[in-house]
Amino acid sequence: MTGKADDMTGGTDVASRLTGFVAALRDHGVRIGTGETVDAAEAVRVLGLADRELLREGLAATLLHTTGQRQLFDAVFGLYFPQGVGAPGGDAAGREELRERLAEALAADDSALMGRLAIEAVDGLGGYGGAPGAGGWSSYQTLERLRPQTLLARVRDDVRARGGGGGFAERLLDDEIRRRIEVFRGQVAAEARRRVAERRGRDEIARRAVAPSADRVDFLYAGRERLAELRRTVQPLARTLATRLAARRRRAARGTIDLRRTLRGSLSTGGVPVRPVLRRRRPARPELVLLCDVSGSVAGFSDFTMLLVQALHDQFSKVRVFGFVNRLDEVTGLLVHGAADAAGLGARIRAEARLTGWHDSSDYGTALGEFTERYGAAVGPRTTVFVLGDARTNMADPNLPALRWIAGQARHVHWLNPEPRALWGTGDSAAPEYAELVAMHECRNARQLGALVGRLLPV
Amino acid sequence: MAAPFRPRPPEAHLFTSVDDVSARLAETGYLASPAVATTVFLADRLGKPLLVEGPAGVGKTELAKAVAEVAGARLVRLQCYEGVDEARALYEWNHAKQLLRISAGRDETWDETRHDIFSEEFLLPRPLLTAIRGDDPKVLLIDETDKADVEVEGLLLEVLSDFQVTVPELGTVTATRRPFVVLTSNAGRELSEALRRRCLFLHIGFPDEELERRIVRLKVPGLEEALAASVVRVVGALRAMDLRKAPSVAETVDWARTLLALGADTLDEAVVRDTLGVLLKHQDDVLKAAAKLDLSSV
Repeated sequence: MTGKADDMTGGTDVASRLTGFVAALRDHGVRIGTGETVDAAEAVRVLGLADRELLREGLAATLLHTTGQRQLFDAVFGLYFPQGVGAPGGDAAGREELRERLAEALAADDSALMGRLAIEAVDGLGGYGGAPGAGGWSSYQTLERLRPQTLLARVRDDVRARGGGGGFAERLLDDEIRRRIEVFRGQVAAEARRRVAERRGRDEIARRAVAPSADRVDFLYAGRERLAELRRTVQPLARTLATRLAARRRRAARGTIDLRRTLRGSLSTGGVPVRPVLRRRRPARPELVLLCDVSGSVAGFSDFTMLLVQALHDQFSKVRVFGFVNRLDEVTGLLVHGAADAAGLGARIRAEARLTGWHDSSDYGTALGEFTERYGAAVGPRTTVFVLGDARTNMADPNLPALRWIAGQARHVHWLNPEPRALWGTGDSAAPEYAELVAMHECRNARQLGALVGRLLPV
Repeated sequence: MAAPFRPRPPEAHLFTSVDDVSARLAETGYLASPAVATTVFLADRLGKPLLVEGPAGVGKTELAKAVAEVAGARLVRLQCYEGVDEARALYEWNHAKQLLRISAGRDETWDETRHDIFSEEFLLPRPLLTAIRGDDPKVLLIDETDKADVEVEGLLLEVLSDFQVTVPELGTVTATRRPFVVLTSNAGRELSEALRRRCLFLHIGFPDEELERRIVRLKVPGLEEALAASVVRVVGALRAMDLRKAPSVAETVDWARTLLALGADTLDEAVVRDTLGVLLKHQDDVLKAAAKLDLSSV
């Protein structure tokens, strides 16, 4: 069979390219076994190499297992199975001419033409550095020079002149053109990556220049767009967690054997435990209290977690959420209404709740102290408390007694820290001190958070 | 390692090329995107089950039905739900009939009876067993796999990797002709890695504008071309809005039907405002969409 496959696909070159491609995906955390790689090779044999679209879909079908990996896959695929090689033929087009043609392509919504323009644009405008080996291609520079976003008004007029749109759909036009421009930006970025990869080696660029999938991005370094992307995953993630919780609850409902009552009952059957008695289950739903640091440094993490817990609220009898920077206030109400407008949530919390006193930096000691004073009643024996934050106190007193008091009152206390474990205790971090009192978990990205929440949430 | 790859004999292939898949699916009224067509073709060629994920209402179940129609195959459907078990999925003995048989044959020896009551006649095949028995072509649809319990996945592993089922009293039944298997999932629960590895993975997302326009034209023939285009554009704008529940293809078609029934020949503010409820199922979403589309009071 191997011989046949070799004949049809051009031999070992394709095989090694495929394994290189698989290795690059593995580097990004996609789990691909040898069996799948063989399947992928089989798919290549069946589909042939003539049509790149088919090849991409075929490889995606055999190598991927979940939806979230697709973006990553497409980026890496662009590097290993590029549309073309080297520079485009012909003279490099000038900036004005490119803008002209781009405007036409955008107006016609012709993404194939936009792709070709992206290639020319990177070639003509994106190169930097003169000496061979030292230079490269930059998508940033290309887009800065080309400025496709300034074409909006022109494209709009173009489309209108052609009589496209009209009527109600007219008002959607601007957004549509913006989306097309976004697509073009993506094409430019992919092309620049490809050109750089040709010069510096594919494997290295695949490892470094391809953004990881959204659930692996560090909360602390995620940009605005990545956070928006993450926010869209809140609902699906919450649904998955809710099913998992329900399953755990069902198992817990089956109950364990109550030994004392089983033996007591066995007296009437001469000491033979004929009828096992199960421990009675108290059908009380647990309560949840969240203490969230919403200061600038960890805001992305807190927002995401708050939304996630809010989405899970029907799993609990009571959820209360408190935000703090250096003063603490309850934000449960804001969160309920904030579910519809997730993007503006953080800003609204900071605007409407009293979270800061004299200064703007976070102070865990004061906030914890204020919580025990004002909202101490919120914590009872059925409450699970989650503290979210990096435990960086800005050199203030960490107020360990307050946390100890909370830990004594609550059923469980968990601290989720978005910093890598290696950084705990460096600088002004009081993480090790807090970690002695309560369980502290590293929670750097959405994947870890999902796993932790699924494990830690009380049933 | 898994069992070595065994290609099907050539005459068993359903399709000759990817274009063939698109063309023949289109004849049954299923317009497939290139991704869908390619993956269906591969599933046929590699003889592997197809795991289809995607939001509700994009035509996951329809795909299996369309493939069955194209292949002239019988569609065997296993609808998963919480608590579905071996007896519902695989096979069951017909106890009532067995009892009748025992009481009917009073003079027989026990050995004869035992031999008789555990024969094919008393077996009630359930979807999984039905799908691998017999020589006629079949499409096995395992719908909403994520709803089933984890234990059922273990059951599926044996069936889907070796296409065989073991009935202790009868022996092992191996498929003489592999069915074309489609599993669908709404991602309500993460399916196990082991199950995913045995399948080709296909994510059906929302179709692109052009494809969706064709779908609307096909499903709602009375609708004018221009109106269909506007409908698809508005739906596209709604999907870009980050709503709780983005409208799916099924909703687009519903909306198009509604507009047709209302006799609207162009979209205007009043019509969109009054019919937004067909597309969006949450009040929050309706408010948000109305604000973004500049609809005055809803």
